[in-house]
Amino acid sequence: MLEIKNLQVKLEEEDKQIIKGLDLTVETGKVHAIMGPNGSGKSTLSYVLSGKDGYEVTGGEALLEGEEILEMEAEERAALGLFLAFQYPVEIPGVGNMTFLRTAVNAQRKARGEEEMSSAEFLKVVRAKAKTLKIDADMLKRPVNVGFSGGEKKRNEILQMAMLEPKMCILDETDSGLDVDAMKLVAEGVNALRNEGRSFLVITHYQRLLDHIKPDVVHIMADGKIVKTGGPELALEVEKNGYADILAEVA
Amino acid sequence: MALPQTKLDATEARLAALTLPAGPAWLTELREAALGRVRAMGLPGRRDEYWKYTRPDTLVQAEPVPAAVFEADEAPVFSTIDALRIVFVDGVFDAEASDDLAAEGLKITRLADAPDIHWAKDLYGQLEVNGQTPVERPLAALNTAFATDGVLIRVTGEVSRPVNLSYYHKAEASDVVLHHVVKLEEGASLTLLENGPAAARFNKVLEVEIADNAKFNHVRAQGRDHERRAATHTFTRLGTESAFKSFTLTANGVMTRNECVIELTGDDAIAHVAGACMGDGDDFHHDDTVFITHDALNCESRQVFKKVLRNGATGVFQGKILVKEGAQKTDGYQISQSLLLDDDAQFLAKPELEIYADDVACSHGSTSGAIDEAALFYLKSRGVPTDKATDLLVLAFLAEAVEEIEAEELRDEIVGRLEGWLERRRG
Repeated sequence: MLEIKNLQVKLEEEDKQIIKGLDLTVETGKVHAIMGPNGSGKSTLSYVLSGKDGYEVTGGEALLEGEEILEMEAEERAALGLFLAFQYPVEIPGVGNMTFLRTAVNAQRKARGEEEMSSAEFLKVVRAKAKTLKIDADMLKRPVNVGFSGGEKKRNEILQMAMLEPKMCILDETDSGLDVDAMKLVAEGVNALRNEGRSFLVITHYQRLLDHIKPDVVHIMADGKIVKTGGPELALEVEKNGYADILAEVA
Repeated sequence: MALPQTKLDATEARLAALTLPAGPAWLTELREAALGRVRAMGLPGRRDEYWKYTRPDTLVQAEPVPAAVFEADEAPVFSTIDALRIVFVDGVFDAEASDDLAAEGLKITRLADAPDIHWAKDLYGQLEVNGQTPVERPLAALNTAFATDGVLIRVTGEVSRPVNLSYYHKAEASDVVLHHVVKLEEGASLTLLENGPAAARFNKVLEVEIADNAKFNHVRAQGRDHERRAATHTFTRLGTESAFKSFTLTANGVMTRNECVIELTGDDAIAHVAGACMGDGDDFHHDDTVFITHDALNCESRQVFKKVLRNGATGVFQGKILVKEGAQKTDGYQISQSLLLDDDAQFLAKPELEIYADDVACSHGSTSGAIDEAALFYLKSRGVPTDKATDLLVLAFLAEAVEEIEAEELRDEIVGRLEGWLERRRG
């Protein structure tokens, strides 16, 4: 699904290398987790993959189902099936959540040459999906993320994911700012979307999210590279001993 | 003080191109008085402080700059709204296209038909005169003197449907001066809609006298002809517990100066004035100039102006709140904001407060900024193309002004137009 080869990225504004030769392959239908200490480049990786400005790719490539995506606009990547659940979802005053969702769904459909969803059909689908995520009608009507609690924002991310049905989902620190109940709800939403054709890359500091979203593969990222890869037990090791041991081991 | 020679010459050159229209004695007298005011003040010049950000030349010069007629591929704004329609084509009343000038709770007379005895003799030009201090507005006095037509509307009760003044521009070099007077009697209410470009050059005055407990709603969509020019003045005086709400949409038009002069003279009155403007191109210039005087207890005023500017367009806002001595419990709010879609666009703002009462709440703010990159990326990351995402953010930016329109039907009409225009721009 997603193949990253020797990726090198620096910040445009400062001459600072953030990602230093990263290799990663996420197979179709699998859930991979990336863990790592602060400043290891995890969020940068998610932004670069989704097409945010401000980063310069100085080497390597990233292929989504065999297509190079790093030169594409963010919206083209989205239409190809890439989705980033933001660590800090953006508030957009003046744009209704429903308008936003419908515009996004139909823009992607149009880009793929599919028929747009009618208002009635859209309404039906969004209501059903919102219900399972405990998102009420009021939240759908309000401006995008404005006045939403931390948990509501994250649930809104998962609702977008559910509506857009991407192939490759990147979750950037989705557990940050969530209490246990909110995290469970979000994890349930994610698990409901797991299937053979959809892959996930779950970026997190802590093992606790991985109790709820069980990964197939766990990577440890440090200083802009993947330094260790293993099974779910690797996450437990981090939880128990912290990153220091692993980093010392690979150093 | 004698006027500078250049101003004197410019004023006389303009006056030489005009003749006082014939009419009943009372009107002629008021027109001559207005002409006297024009001569005393002189027409606006580039050195006038009040015209610091807007060059008055093309609004003042003897002949109008011709303006190509815009072939709109859509029905006029408000045409789907059930309204009493009054149509002017290049300033000439079109009886065929207009409805009967009669409705329950309403008396309408055309200025050009004004009879020897008419209620408007006590009002025509009166609010304009009041509005000449402390700041002179010579183009409004010029209008009072030379307006060839307009409507005199007296509202005695609740009027069930809006009155729609619909202005068409068909002649490339038309130069039009219209003057409307609206008098709302105690407890009366009226919604007035205005749409269309009117002329290559349009000078319009609207005077609205609002008696106690009366209510006036005003929604205007200025014509989209790229080359049209307009100088408009709205003067209003509010009685006790009355309300004035005015919203203007401007898209295109090479030069627009909209002045709004509001006097709150009765306690507990409310005046809201708002504008949404979209400008494109380095010859686009739009100026909102507002002057609100609080001269009574516990009144509320609100100014909300939003401008989206691109490709070198210029936006101007001059807004003043004057709170007179004794106008306690005044609640004044003023916000003017611009969204600059590129580095060439500019926004010039001059917000002013002048307060002589000690128990008031007045706030003002003015900002100009670029599109929110974080919001843009968020939308794009969900698959919304850049131009569509930009449009969504433009509409969101204008929303605070558009929401000032009270009637849902009219708000939807304005939002629908904005969406349509943005969409067609994308092609």
